[in-house]
Amino acid sequence: MSPLSRREFVTAGVAAGTGLVIGFYLPHKSSSQQDSFSPNAYLRITPDNKVTIVVARSEMGQGVRTALPMILAEELEADWKQIDIEQAGASTLYGDQTTGGSASVRTTWDPMRKAGAAAREMLISAAALTWGVPRSTCAAENSHIKHAATNRRLSYGELASKAATLPIPTDVPLKQSKDYKIVGQRLARVDSAAKVKGEAVFGIDFRSPGMKFAVLSRCPTIGGKVSAFDDKESKKISGVSYVGKISEAAVAVVADSVWGAMEGRRVLNVTWDDGPNKDLNTAAVMASLKQTASKKGANLYAAGDAAKASGRRISAEYELPFMAHAPMEPGNCTAHYQGSKCELWAPTQVPQDCRDSVATAIGLDPDQVKVNVTLMGGGFGRRLEHDYAVEAALVSKAINAPVKVIWTREDDMRFSTYRPASLHQLSATLDGSGFPVALAHRIIAPSISGRKGQPVPNGVDPDLPDEAGPVYGVPNYLIEYVMAETPVPLGWMRSVYALQAAFALESFMDELAVAAGKDPLQYRLHLLAKDQDLPYFTTTWHTARMRAVLQLAAEKAGWDKPLPAGHYHGVACFGCFASYMAEVVEITMEKDQPRVHRVVAVVDCGQVVNPSILEQQIQGGIVYGLGNALRAKITIEKGRVVQGNFDDYAPLRMEETPAVEVYAVPSAEVPTGIGEPSVPPVAPAVCNAIYAATKKRIRALPILSS
Amino acid sequence: MADLILRVNGSEKKVSVSPETPLLWVLRDTLELTGTKFGCGAGLCGACTVHVDGNPIRSCSTPVSQVAGKSVTTIEGLGANGLHVLQQAWIAEEVPQCGYCQTGQIMSAAALLAKTPKPTDEQISAAMNGTLCRCGTYERIRKAVHRAAGNGGAQ
Repeated sequence: MSPLSRREFVTAGVAAGTGLVIGFYLPHKSSSQQDSFSPNAYLRITPDNKVTIVVARSEMGQGVRTALPMILAEELEADWKQIDIEQAGASTLYGDQTTGGSASVRTTWDPMRKAGAAAREMLISAAALTWGVPRSTCAAENSHIKHAATNRRLSYGELASKAATLPIPTDVPLKQSKDYKIVGQRLARVDSAAKVKGEAVFGIDFRSPGMKFAVLSRCPTIGGKVSAFDDKESKKISGVSYVGKISEAAVAVVADSVWGAMEGRRVLNVTWDDGPNKDLNTAAVMASLKQTASKKGANLYAAGDAAKASGRRISAEYELPFMAHAPMEPGNCTAHYQGSKCELWAPTQVPQDCRDSVATAIGLDPDQVKVNVTLMGGGFGRRLEHDYAVEAALVSKAINAPVKVIWTREDDMRFSTYRPASLHQLSATLDGSGFPVALAHRIIAPSISGRKGQPVPNGVDPDLPDEAGPVYGVPNYLIEYVMAETPVPLGWMRSVYALQAAFALESFMDELAVAAGKDPLQYRLHLLAKDQDLPYFTTTWHTARMRAVLQLAAEKAGWDKPLPAGHYHGVACFGCFASYMAEVVEITMEKDQPRVHRVVAVVDCGQVVNPSILEQQIQGGIVYGLGNALRAKITIEKGRVVQGNFDDYAPLRMEETPAVEVYAVPSAEVPTGIGEPSVPPVAPAVCNAIYAATKKRIRALPILSS
Repeated sequence: MADLILRVNGSEKKVSVSPETPLLWVLRDTLELTGTKFGCGAGLCGACTVHVDGNPIRSCSTPVSQVAGKSVTTIEGLGANGLHVLQQAWIAEEVPQCGYCQTGQIMSAAALLAKTPKPTDEQISAAMNGTLCRCGTYERIRKAVHRAAGNGGAQ
């Protein structure tokens, strides 16, 4: 039994016309507090027996349009395939609308089940009243209430209006995991057919009558401005209708086709004022991180006193570069400014921020801006930003017509918001057996929020509580964050700081195991042997759960069994977004380069909602993480990003993709993140395997430039 | 500007565009066939793959004038009678995540199967290696190609 509080359910009533509507609140992060009583999600049952969830969770490939109906249908006893998701547009009615932080399932799990259960109980009551029979003789099944004794049944649609007049139950029984019929099943995604037929409409595909197309010439130097521009040649291009400066740093070229706009930009002559960063380069950024390292930071986690331990001391430094998300669909947004209002069709992970950013930029109130969320060709965090939406609104305002702004791949690569470069100082004090009695991890990195001018309370970037927690039960264990500064634009990229934290920690654990002369897997298991709770901000990490994923990974990978000649194992484990992950990779070395043949990935993400989607997310995260590890590096020369396309920023291709086996530890715990946790362990696991093969330790990513 | 006759998915289309316009933008903007995607504009990612006279080409880097009079097939015209066997296999193996690159993946795979009905893993890798997927669906793509080829799963 799980009581509902008024904080969770604030509305139930009659849907527009007839039917039942239940409003409920979905927090963005499991830790976040509801700061108002306004619901941000609705469950609607209409007389045609359709069930709709109105929810602000964007589909960017992670399967949310399949997983959320499954969760609701389980408690509602509805046909999950008949449940539609209606994408909520940006509105203050909807509270926080962010899709990110691997949070869609973990934060909707409880509220969605409770909403489904409440609706089910109300529908049962409505049927019992209709028939004049006791509630206990009625049962919900497949979107109907049945009365077995008299063989009567009514559909949810037929009962919805009556149910809407009843009070919301305050004490609703939720199912136990053993009784699940939908959750945990390998059910097919709802969106595959449209995607394989080319019928799915992504942001870039949206068309509006009379729409123009625009590409922008942006100052290539970070923080620079437009000094002057000459559009004579651009205006000679067929179809170019407008060339104009739309912000301090950008000139827009508008045409009646994408190609016309691109051609117009190609011949546009802009003189740039390079501004304060014209001498900035990557080496200077890394040097400034080293300088910042001398400062005292903020403690993220402190058990015991790492400084006081005595014994053999080992330390090492690790470095990671800037990286770019590079989703397959380049940035784009369609805007239609009409004086007192502006409508947008935006592939966005945060419709509210999109609305607010646009409103501020074009001088409207947020309520005058309407955001329609489109499908996204990947997000990976890039679509948490709204630069492209603001540009589209500004151009539409300038030309007084609907316009689609399209970024080229070079625009995407050079004007992104990058994963922060970072420096990590690890040190350990070992006991007589070679195990750490003290472990310290100093993370020196710029704050993403800080770079955006957002609050960084107590000097702790607000993302770190989800991404840089303790893994091992070391008695004296310090994790410290030293905030650095950089003029380079920063953004949240899949797994955010967990990628950096895991690379450093898990490479270092391997170094310690080597120093102790012990097997790296057994070494880790020893440090997880005792059941311990490691409280870290709002999450408590359990050594027992990490131990279980590591043991299962070792078993499935055959860690103890001999490998073919020239094959080597590497292991890493890490926890982030409240999930536990262990990965064992198997590699060979070919011409000094690793070739990854196999990855065994084990996750403990609580209750699995859909094993097929879980496998997609874990496999995809590992491909993403391996691409990051091998080659991803954004460099800056003379204030400009060097890389421009998939030749010099080359993602993983099929030929390089290992076979990935995915296992989930059976669990009935609350579901936790699956979109990001598989990314971080890949890089250290591969580097640890490279060490096993070559005795060469890689302390800086990417692997192929070290 | 030039008037060109294209044969797209079996129908003749007259378009009036600059002859150097990449086929991709003629398909997307002029003919409103938006299943073919823009990914890199440089022939590096394969999202824009279509068939010209049965051969896979990168439409982002192919001037439309080069395909005048030739037969162009896009994802919209792949399954002449309902879903192509590859599209069925893609659904059965649950390949798409975001789905953006998948039309290009399927067009690359269709060209492979047309010439090599029973491809090996190596042949699949060679044919598909030029088509990027940032969601990392490669393993399921491989399975789907095998399924469509009647190979009975990964080999």
